[in-house]
Amino acid sequence: MNFVPPAARPSRLVRSAIGLGLLLSTTISAGLAHADGLAYPGEISMQAAATPIAEEIHVFHNWVLLPIITAICLLVLGLLAYVIFRFNDKANTVPSQTTHHTGLEVAWTIFPVLVLVVIAIPSFRLLTHQLVVPPSDLTVKVTGKQWYWSYNYPADQGGGFEFDSTLIQEADLKPGDVRLLSVDNEAVVPVGKVVHVLVTADDVIHSFTIPSFGIRIDAVPGRTNETWFKAEREGIYYGQCSKLCGKDHAYMPIAFRVVSEEKYADWLASAKKKFASADSQPIHLAQAH
Amino acid sequence: MATASAHPAHPTGLKRYLFSTNHKDIGILYLVFAVIAGVFGAFLSILMRMELQYPGIQIFTHLAQIVDGAAPETAIDAAKNLYNVTITIHGLIMIFFMVMPALIGGFGNYFIPLMIGAPDMAFPRLNNISFWLLPASLGLAVISLFMEGAPGMLGFGGGWVMYPPLSANTGHPGPAMDFLILGLHIAGISSLVGSINLITTIFNMRAPGMTMHKMPLFAWGMLTAAFLLVLSLPVLAGALTMLLTDRNFGTTFFDPSGGGDPLLFQHLFWFFGHPEVYIMILPAFGIISHIVSTFAKKPVFGYLGMAYAMVAIGIVGFVVWAHHMYTVGMSLDTQRYFVFATMVIAVPTGVKIFSWIATMWGGSITFRAPMYWAIGFIFVFTVGGVTGVVLANAAADRALHETYYVVAHFHYTLSLGAVFGIFAGFYYWFPKMSGYLYNERLAKIHFWMFFIGVNLTFFPQHFLGLAGMPRRYIDYPNAYMLWNSVSSIGSYISGLSVIFFLYIVFQAFAQKRLAGANPWGPGATTLEWTLSSPPPFHQFDTLPRIVGSDSH
Repeated sequence: MNFVPPAARPSRLVRSAIGLGLLLSTTISAGLAHADGLAYPGEISMQAAATPIAEEIHVFHNWVLLPIITAICLLVLGLLAYVIFRFNDKANTVPSQTTHHTGLEVAWTIFPVLVLVVIAIPSFRLLTHQLVVPPSDLTVKVTGKQWYWSYNYPADQGGGFEFDSTLIQEADLKPGDVRLLSVDNEAVVPVGKVVHVLVTADDVIHSFTIPSFGIRIDAVPGRTNETWFKAEREGIYYGQCSKLCGKDHAYMPIAFRVVSEEKYADWLASAKKKFASADSQPIHLAQAH
Repeated sequence: MATASAHPAHPTGLKRYLFSTNHKDIGILYLVFAVIAGVFGAFLSILMRMELQYPGIQIFTHLAQIVDGAAPETAIDAAKNLYNVTITIHGLIMIFFMVMPALIGGFGNYFIPLMIGAPDMAFPRLNNISFWLLPASLGLAVISLFMEGAPGMLGFGGGWVMYPPLSANTGHPGPAMDFLILGLHIAGISSLVGSINLITTIFNMRAPGMTMHKMPLFAWGMLTAAFLLVLSLPVLAGALTMLLTDRNFGTTFFDPSGGGDPLLFQHLFWFFGHPEVYIMILPAFGIISHIVSTFAKKPVFGYLGMAYAMVAIGIVGFVVWAHHMYTVGMSLDTQRYFVFATMVIAVPTGVKIFSWIATMWGGSITFRAPMYWAIGFIFVFTVGGVTGVVLANAAADRALHETYYVVAHFHYTLSLGAVFGIFAGFYYWFPKMSGYLYNERLAKIHFWMFFIGVNLTFFPQHFLGLAGMPRRYIDYPNAYMLWNSVSSIGSYISGLSVIFFLYIVFQAFAQKRLAGANPWGPGATTLEWTLSSPPPFHQFDTLPRIVGSDSH
C-alpha cells in the first residue's frame, strides 16, 4: 500500500483559496450567529469545516465541482435559449437538413473527457487522503444499535470503558441543547489529534456521519470499518445516522465534544469512574446478542 | 393505408381488454395502470411533503391512527414506522408501477410495432400475461402494507433498496417483507417476458428495408432498455430469493452470524439497480429525439452517435453499480475504479444532450406542447446529470451520500427527467392513440405548472443535502425548516398540475376534436404517422417497404 503521510495539507494555492472561501463564507454568514458542528437556519452550503479533510472537501466541491457544473448548466441553458430565439419557425422558415458534422461530434466527445480529467485529479487525491488512515493518536470504537450509539475507549490508551449515547427527548431539553441533535453522553476527543474511528453495528446497518468532520462510514454488522479525523477547533460537532435503520432512524444523533488535551485527561478520569460499572449495570440492553 | 378487411370483427368491452393480445390495447392498459399507480405514488409523496413542511411530526400520527388503526398512545411509534413504509412504497410504485409500465409497457408496446412497421408484437399472448402480472404484483405490494413487518408494526419500512439485516428477520420478521418479495418477483417476471417480447419483435419484425441503422431512435432506446432488463432482473430475482430463504428457511447468505455478508445483497441489488435507472431513462431519450426532430422539422443530428451513445450508456451502466456504496467500507482501489467508470458515463450522456441541441440548430421550430416538454427535459436532465457527476466522485459523495442532495439528484433525472419524457411522449402520441386533439393552451399551462412545481420541490433539496440533512427522516433539526417548507409548497403545485393533467385528458375525450393521421406536419416522419388516428385494430396488412439509402 502506498502510504500518504498525515500531513495531507493542501498546497499553498489551495490554502489561500480556503482562506478566501472562509472570508467569503464568514462575510455571508455574518450576523447569523451559529455554532460550529451543525447547520444554521436556511444554510445552502456545507457545514463549517473542522478538519483538514472537511476543508479539502469544501475546496473540491465549492471551487472545482460547483463552478464546473454551474458552467455546464448555463452553457446548455444558453444554447437552448439561443435556438429557441434564433431557430423558431418565425425567425427561420426553412429548416436546414444538416445531420452530421464530424468535427463538432468529435469535439463534444473530447471536451467532456477533458473536463472529467480536471475533476478527477483533485478527486482521486482527496479520496486517498480520506481512506488512508495516518498514524493515529487515539482510537475510538463506535457501535451502531437500534437506536443509539455506543462509544468504546480502549484500555491501553487510558480508557477501558464503553458507554451509550442516546438522544435527549424533546421534553427534557435544557437551554443550549439542540432538538434532535443533543445527546446524554457525548463522545469526547482531544483537539488537534488524529482520531482513528472503528465502526460496526450490532443489529442492522447504520451509518456514522459527522458533516463538519467530512466523514461518513457505514456501521455494518459483522464488519469493522474505519475512518479518521483530526478536529482543529474545540466545540461540539453533531451528525445523524445516515442509513435507514428502522423506526427511530431520525432519532439517533452523533455528538463529539472536542476539548483541550488537559480537559480530555480530566474527562477520561471521570468517565472511567462514571462508566466503570457499565458492565455490571448496563444503561441499555442491546437487542441482538 | 392498411385496413382491417381481412380480419373478423374484433372483440369489444371487457373481453377485448381482459383477454387482449393486441399490442395497442395492451399498451393502453399499461398506460391506464401507470396513471393510476402514478396518482397514488404522487399522493404518497405529497403526504411526505406535508409531514416535512415543518419540524416535528405533523400528520403521520393521525394517519397512523386512521390507516394502521394505531392506539393514540402508541401512535407516535406507528407514525415513524408508517413514514418509512410510505417512502418505501412511494419508491417502489413510482419505479415498478409508474415509470416502467408507462415507458416500456405503454409506449413500448403501442409504438414499437407501429414504428418498425410490424403488425403486432412477436408474442401476443406473452404480452397479455406480461401486463396482467402487474396488477397481481401491485396487489401483493398493497397487501404487504397491512401485514406485520417490524414487531408490532404494519408494513415494510426499509426503503426500496431493502437492505438486510433491516429487511431480514432482524429488522422485519413479519410477513410484510415476504409479500413484497413475492410482489417484486412477479413484477420481475412481467418485465422479463415483456423485454423478451420487445427484443424479439425489434430483431425479427422490422419492415422490409428497415435495417438496424434506419430504425427509429425510440426503438434503439427500447431495445437497449430491454437488454438491460433481461440481463439485470435475474440478479435481483436471485438476491430476493436468497433474502426469502434467509428469512424463512434458515440460510445465512446475508447474515454474518452464519458466515454471510449483508453487503453481498447490496452488490447484487445495485447490479440490478443501476441498470434499472438507465432502463427508466433510455426510452425517454428515444421519445425526446423524435419530438425534437419532429418540431424542428429536421432529421436527428448524429443519428448513429445517438443510437450508440444509448448502447454505450447501457453497457457502461453494468460496471458502475458500487458507486451507490462508497460508504460501505470498500478499499481505496475499488473506490477509485468505480469513480473512474462512473465518470465515463457522462461522455455519451453529453453526446446526447449536445446532439439534441444540434438537431434544433438551424431548424424551424414549432413550439407545440410536446416540444415544451422535450426542451424542459433537456434542461432538467442536464441539471440532474451534472449533480450525478458530483456524486460520482467518492470523495465528494462522502459528504453527500444519503442526504437530500442525492434525493434531489435522482428526482431531477427521474421525477423530472423520465416523467418529462413520459409527458412529452403522452402529448406527442395522444392524438395518435385516441384520435382526438387535446387543448394545446391547457397542455402548455400544465407544463409550466409542473415545471415550476417540481423545480421548486427539488432544487432546494440540493441545499438541504449540502447542509447535511439525511434522507428518509420523518423529523429534522429546526435549521432545515426553510428549504423544507419551500420544497413542500413546490410539491403542492406539482400535485395540482397532476389533477389538471387528468382534466386535460378528460376534456379531450369530451370534446372529440379529431386529430387526423398526422397533426404535427412534415417533421413527423416515422411510420406511425402514416396510419389513421387511432390506428386500425390490425395495421400493416401489407408491410410498408422502407426505401432510400438512409432516412436520417
